[in-house]
Amino acid sequence: MRENWWKYLLGVWMAVIIVAAFLFTPTAKGLGQTTRVLYFHVPSAWVTTLAFFISAVFSVLYLMRHQLHYDIRAEAAAQIGLIFAILTTVTGSIWAKEIWHSYWNWDPRETSIFMLLLIYAAYFALRSAIEDPEQRARLAAVYSLLAFATVPFLVFVIPRIYDSLHPDPLINPDRKIHMDVRMLRVFLGSFGAFTVLFYWLFTLRVKVLSLEQHVLRKLEE
Amino acid sequence: MWTLLRNSMLVFRKDFRLEFRSRFALNAIGLFAVISLSAISFSIGALRVKPPILSALLWVVIFFSAMSGLAHIFVREEEQQTADTLRLLTQPVTVFLGKWLFNVILLLALEIVIVPLFVIFLDVSGINWGTFIPVIILGSVALSTISTIIAAIIAQTSNRGALFAVLTFPLAVPVLRSAIQGSWTALEGGGLTACISDLQILFSFSVVIFTASILLFDFIWRR
Repeated sequence: MRENWWKYLLGVWMAVIIVAAFLFTPTAKGLGQTTRVLYFHVPSAWVTTLAFFISAVFSVLYLMRHQLHYDIRAEAAAQIGLIFAILTTVTGSIWAKEIWHSYWNWDPRETSIFMLLLIYAAYFALRSAIEDPEQRARLAAVYSLLAFATVPFLVFVIPRIYDSLHPDPLINPDRKIHMDVRMLRVFLGSFGAFTVLFYWLFTLRVKVLSLEQHVLRKLEE
Repeated sequence: MWTLLRNSMLVFRKDFRLEFRSRFALNAIGLFAVISLSAISFSIGALRVKPPILSALLWVVIFFSAMSGLAHIFVREEEQQTADTLRLLTQPVTVFLGKWLFNVILLLALEIVIVPLFVIFLDVSGINWGTFIPVIILGSVALSTISTIIAAIIAQTSNRGALFAVLTFPLAVPVLRSAIQGSWTALEGGGLTACISDLQILFSFSVVIFTASILLFDFIWRR
């Protein structure tokens, strides 16, 4: 209980965010009730990016130090990133049906998240094709870093150059936040909650993967 | 620096000679391209296809031809068990540079065949060649850069054939997207200024991936 206080706090916090997202915040002009997906869709997209970044950081650490526990962390971050990428895609797609009247129309944003999904899938396909743990860790780390080098092109360059209909309250050309103060509070609160949730899931996943590896090693002996 | 470049040229010349003897990659990739082009031409028949579709079709053919042949350069070293000798003889960077050069030239050579056939089969007219050629060249350099490093990765895995396209496609999407957009402009007769942003993406993508590959190749190559 004592060391888990932040998990209880996170539960309460998440509940407050959900209630506030539906009852407290005003809606944005032209978007109506669909504005409320903002508090869940954008933080999911943020966690996807964060997980991708963390996976890349642990890949670098693995390549520098050659210790398998870094590889486990890179894999765990990628797994959670994949789940949040799916969540982002699904929430975005439902929103698009309401506003753009189609679930999927290859808007640059949709294209870039789809490519992120494909990269994650390719990463796990590569991992499953290599038997030796050391070699798997090495090649997966290299692929993850190569993918990381192309992500700026997908996420930033392409939506900037080709026209997108996607509303962007945070990353926009004039670098200002156009948002109601109440909306902004809930929005940032949700960002915090999702980040802590990611941390929790991440530590759990690392534990499970480490135990799995431990058992495998024991079985071999 | 000079010895490095000279050694890279040696690796390149070795691969070039080997390729010239067997013509494995050249045959695979060339025939694949011709077959897919004629399949497209058959299925389209006498329809007049618009530039957006033409340009997408052209890049689909180029992409899958690249996927059919560009991995061979590393896979061959593993299959014929010459990779370890190469590891002992020279530095990793020279291996990458030599093989990168080989793949770039192979893909460009393929396009010398594909592009005229594309123009003839699909009855394309009104191309602005001054725009079209830079787009094709920059697009191919970008595509072969990303393919070469992925080829080095998949050469060490168990199911090479299936993985190559799976791993390359997501990373090559910015290339394909800009190249398709660029050659679309060129097919409609647009000038260089009209597709400058596409050329910028292709160029910067090549530079970024090339640098990343040189930095990372050590880790792939060394056992």
